[in-house]
Amino acid sequence: MPVLEIKDLSHVYSAGTPFEKTALDHIDLSVEAGEFVGVIGHTGSGKSTLIQHLNGLLKPTSGEILVDGQNIWEDKKNLRGLRFKVGLVFQYPEYQLFEETVYKDIAFGPKNMGLKEEEVDERVREAARFVGIPEELMEKSPFELSGGQKRRAAIAGVIAMDPRVLILDEPTAGLDPKGRDRILGRIKEYHQVKQNTILLVSHSMEDIAKYATKVLVMNKARVFTYGTVDEVFSKSDAISHMGLSIPQISKVFHALGEKGYPVNRNIYTVEGAKQEILKRLSKGTVQ
Amino acid sequence: MLKDITIGQYFPGSSFLHRLDPRIKIILTIAYIVMLFVVSNAVGFLVGIGLLAVCYAVSKIPAKMMFKGIKPIIPIVIFTGILNLFFVSGTPIFEWGFFKITYEGLRLAVIMAIRILALIAGASLLTYTTSPIELTDAIESLLKPLKALRFPVHELAMMMTIALRFIPTLIEETDKIMSAQKARGADFESGNLLHRAKALVPILIPLFISAFRRADDLAMAMECRCYHGGEGRTRMKQLRLGAIDLYGSLIVTACIAAVVCINLFVPAPF
Repeated sequence: MPVLEIKDLSHVYSAGTPFEKTALDHIDLSVEAGEFVGVIGHTGSGKSTLIQHLNGLLKPTSGEILVDGQNIWEDKKNLRGLRFKVGLVFQYPEYQLFEETVYKDIAFGPKNMGLKEEEVDERVREAARFVGIPEELMEKSPFELSGGQKRRAAIAGVIAMDPRVLILDEPTAGLDPKGRDRILGRIKEYHQVKQNTILLVSHSMEDIAKYATKVLVMNKARVFTYGTVDEVFSKSDAISHMGLSIPQISKVFHALGEKGYPVNRNIYTVEGAKQEILKRLSKGTVQ
Repeated sequence: MLKDITIGQYFPGSSFLHRLDPRIKIILTIAYIVMLFVVSNAVGFLVGIGLLAVCYAVSKIPAKMMFKGIKPIIPIVIFTGILNLFFVSGTPIFEWGFFKITYEGLRLAVIMAIRILALIAGASLLTYTTSPIELTDAIESLLKPLKALRFPVHELAMMMTIALRFIPTLIEETDKIMSAQKARGADFESGNLLHRAKALVPILIPLFISAFRRADDLAMAMECRCYHGGEGRTRMKQLRLGAIDLYGSLIVTACIAAVVCINLFVPAPF
């Protein structure tokens, strides 16, 4: 059963003024539970607008959104409960930190859920472990942390609510490669342990190829394509045409294929490339 | 919700009023407001309101925008109306125990209501048809004579420009932070006053921190581009008076003069 269903969703900003802009144009989408969905698209393609609809922060101009088969706008009183079920991590989430200590900040969400103190404590420590915040940082002010640590503390604040669906809007923007791999690795690990659904918005095809099981490509306020990594990257020409690039390693393998080497062209990760090359070498088809 | 704030919201366009020199617009608006308080004659008000209606029609500002601007002051209008209605002495036309409505009170209440509404509608028209940058440029230009008194005109205008420039940014930022905290289950809408005040902490702290960060960044960026105050600074867009400014001011001045004449020489029908 799909955990998220979007039916004919449209959203128009500032309707009726000269600033009118259609951000989502009749979107249909359904996401199965347990998927790790990579969401890509240009700036202004509607990604951020879409994900803010999923936990009821924005109200659809038309269409509906179903979480676990329940229309989220059916009863407004349930919206707050929905936000614990669909956790949303915004871009640059470190700008939302405000508490005196990292511990208290991570506890903000679980406390709002009305959990008992022991359970809040348990969740905070678990979330901190997931994102890799060491115990000794928990009593520090969040403003003393480094950029990457701040980011991870803010993500922990959402993870601590233990959402069924976790949405992350470019969680690695502005981080160095090491910080990026660290955060994405932690999120993947979290996904494997919790078996929940994750939507990851990213500009990097490499990251999506490495971590996601499915890919959603947005273009000009519409869903361009939604499918498995293989399905989506097999349309590499159309994707390049939109001005989004496929992973560099795929480009290499495409070029090898063009030159007549008998390699599998559907390679998206460096690890996959390594396996493919070893396979060809051992078969002796490539000298 | 925060995006509904319309005070000073510019409505882009290319109408006659949009193209008018902002200095002329400010002066004419002030003249119009003074006129509103000089006039007490119904015919005069009719001409004044007619002028305003024509201006709105020419500027192509939707009536919806005008009403949106007026809406927040309705309580003030009602409040002053009630005060005038019951507490002005004169010939009573209605009496009920302690309450007494006089002819003079009724008249003053109506006049004050019209004045306040026309004032807000007129002032909003200025901000609807003039971008904030034009507005501060015009203020700087109009205040220039004060420089002789060592009044920091340029600095004041620059502060206004920066403040205006950052209003939308800060509103957007507040919206973003509110969304982020709502996503973590923050509740701004229920509970008593103390509860709600406390609920603002998760918004205000990040907002202040980001405002300071932005101020720092902006100061650095301005210094990097060799900003050193108003001394010897030239502008990209020079304000120049043209033919339309002459026509515009002639029309409005004629209307205002007509209204004042009506007020002086035509006997009030009421």
